[in-house]
Amino acid sequence: MRKIRKSLKLYMHYVEINVRCIMQYKTSFFLTTIGQFLISFNVFLGIFFMFQRFSKVEGFTYSEVLLCFSIVLLEFSTAEMFVRGFDVFSGMVRTGEFDRVLVRPQNEMLQVLGSKFELTRIGRMLQSVIMFVYGVRHCGIEWNFAKILTVTFMIIGGTAVFTGLFIIHASFCFFTLEGLEFMNIFTDGAREFGKYPIGVYGQKMLIFTTFIVPYALIQYYPLLYVLGRRETMVYMFLPFAACWFLVLAYAFWRFGVRHYKSSGS
Amino acid sequence: MKKYLSLFRLRFITGMQYRTAAIAGIVTQFVWGGMEIMIFRAFYKADAGAFPMSFSATSSYIWLQQAFLAFYMAWMMENEIFDMILSGNVVYELCRPIDIYNLWFFRSMAKRMSMAVLRCFPILFVAVFLPKPYGITMPAGMGNFALFIITMFLGLAVAVSLCMMVYMLTFFTISSMGLRMLFISASEFFAGAVIPLPFFPERLQKIMEILPFASMQNVPFRIYSGSMSVDEMRNAVILQVFWLVVVTAAGKMLCKKAERHIVVLGG
Repeated sequence: MRKIRKSLKLYMHYVEINVRCIMQYKTSFFLTTIGQFLISFNVFLGIFFMFQRFSKVEGFTYSEVLLCFSIVLLEFSTAEMFVRGFDVFSGMVRTGEFDRVLVRPQNEMLQVLGSKFELTRIGRMLQSVIMFVYGVRHCGIEWNFAKILTVTFMIIGGTAVFTGLFIIHASFCFFTLEGLEFMNIFTDGAREFGKYPIGVYGQKMLIFTTFIVPYALIQYYPLLYVLGRRETMVYMFLPFAACWFLVLAYAFWRFGVRHYKSSGS
Repeated sequence: MKKYLSLFRLRFITGMQYRTAAIAGIVTQFVWGGMEIMIFRAFYKADAGAFPMSFSATSSYIWLQQAFLAFYMAWMMENEIFDMILSGNVVYELCRPIDIYNLWFFRSMAKRMSMAVLRCFPILFVAVFLPKPYGITMPAGMGNFALFIITMFLGLAVAVSLCMMVYMLTFFTISSMGLRMLFISASEFFAGAVIPLPFFPERLQKIMEILPFASMQNVPFRIYSGSMSVDEMRNAVILQVFWLVVVTAAGKMLCKKAERHIVVLGG
């Protein structure tokens, strides 16, 4: 317990340093934040104008799609904000910085985690909160405690899945030195295409995202419960089932660290 | 002219070296295109009557967009140029007995073309063999195909000249960040990279089609599948030429101005 508290304190210290670092370049910070906002704002505009023409897609209305998109975007940007260190990990391996991490008497994951704290992602978070509020107000959902809990679980589970993906992305660097671009399909791709409920993409995609990379568990099924299309309570707890992915990612990371050969530079 | 051609060749060959990156890019773009088409399929199933162009034309549009991503994507600007302006190394470029605008123009053209050459064929090849409405169809006619090729290169030139404007403006602002961001998000949206222009409401579409951004991917990809009438095609080509001339002229003017007032930073 004391160890956890100590780690947490250290992590907060890392965050503090990072934030202070960012604030040295205030203009750059604001511009990047606005940029993050604009990028996902384009995605929103795409949805908006599609629904000017069509009223429904797979039975989902405009406000329901916005609700779905906002939750995914919030999960993604939260994960990116905290675990960005893993996303840019290839640089650490290539420059030999990771050797220094290994000789310090601290958990290496904590150090990678603390190496970067991307505050600029609040640009995206802000947008997802606005969309979420709009979606909630226009969806006509009868909110009760179970549904609020489900949304909370979705956000926790989703952040866990994206965190897992970033860690897997980083773990590949132990073997390839370079970051693998195709991993972007699973991270950026999920953000981009998670804007619509996964059922839209057909049965095969639904199976893939249920059993291989568990996006559907954090997005589609619990969403159906929140929207009142399904009544079973199981749907509420499915986001937790997605957390096995984080365990898998952790195992892969451990495996990678054990096989780490320094790049020698 | 000869020096520009050899510059072009040099850059083109350099670009061809990055084959592994190209393979990764191809896989990503293939998945991207597939997902995009699945979204449109869902909308098509929901209300086929509201579709502004045929479904297979939409598929063709998306596959062409993925295959020639490097031609038109606004974010594929040359970081080297921004770095040079920021670090002051741009003086070495200015010392050369070549017009800097032309130099960078040809460089960007070559880079984009080399990237596209590496990536387009595998994507097009697979897309041809996909089942009927989801794959890429044959061009609507020989005339369409010829016009498609011409407008594609005109579009590329417009895209590069728009990027040149951003480079030139960076001479005055030094930090390129804000400018780039605005340019990238605006051009993605107005060019039809987010959703194709015909999917926008009619009145908005009319306005968007006049803007220079619509003279890039919008024209060739729609000509290919024959979703433009003859009149529309003629107007689109005229607009492309018009914007190419105007934007290049404006860029050159800015370039002259920048050269006269250049402040070199760093040492």
